[in-house]
Amino acid sequence: MAATDSKELKVREKQELAQPAEQTRPGAVFTPSVDIFETDNDITLLADMPGVRPENLTIDLRDNTLTLEGDIAPMEAQKEEMIYMEYSTGRYYRQFSLSEVIDQAKIDAQMKDGVLRLSLPKVAKATPRRITVKAA
Amino acid sequence: MIYRSMYGVPTWKVRSPFHELDLMQRQMDRLMDTLSGQRTGHVSAGVFPPINLTEDQDNYYVRAELPGIEADKLDIQATGNNLSLSGERRIAEEGNGVRYHRREREGGSFSRVITLPGDIDAEKVDAEMANGILTIKIAKAEKAKPKQITVRH
Repeated sequence: MAATDSKELKVREKQELAQPAEQTRPGAVFTPSVDIFETDNDITLLADMPGVRPENLTIDLRDNTLTLEGDIAPMEAQKEEMIYMEYSTGRYYRQFSLSEVIDQAKIDAQMKDGVLRLSLPKVAKATPRRITVKAA
Repeated sequence: MIYRSMYGVPTWKVRSPFHELDLMQRQMDRLMDTLSGQRTGHVSAGVFPPINLTEDQDNYYVRAELPGIEADKLDIQATGNNLSLSGERRIAEEGNGVRYHRREREGGSFSRVITLPGDIDAEKVDAEMANGILTIKIAKAEKAKPKQITVRH
């Protein structure tokens, strides 16, 4: 048997938002899967939001709360009839609180193949400094 | 049989006996989901990726959510009335110095066969990736297309 270096992908149910805040529009709301990692200088967030076009994505950062909202347009044409459905589609919504102070002016967001890559640079004072203890 | 479509409108469909069994199984699954208190509204085949299958007069449409997968990492093959879909999702390494807060996105390989409910024209399969959603348009075989019959008078 040929050795494979990657594991097999398993089906994961899309996570529907348990208690969406006061909804103004009907339809399902899903929580995107994310990776968040940081270095000394910035925080990077990757979010899977298939079906969201770059222009339909809203990223909002205020009072240390980061909000991601992605709108989708139905893929199916009017005349198409559903035979079977294994996943449902809907908007994406997720909020994070950030403990670091972010340099708002340098935030960079890129959307490629349904994946958002958001780079949040920390302001200079939040980057750790090595403190050298001087011998007395 | 009456098959309730996603919009809740019953539609009449004549399918092969196996298809009917398949549908019955899906409906049983759905019933079990309802009884066990899960509100999924759809049934999974247990194989990645989950797909949605639709049709119109001339084509079948298979859609799957495959965020972050480039078109050239996918292998799609049509044989008989089966469609096989395989590929790999790679999650790029982010370097040594990074510290993770969350890691929910998964990478790995997948391979799935989808049996279409009718005969297809394997020569006319068209696949497109847009915003992380794969759409495969498969032309129905001439003999599988519904024919309009005019009544003479």
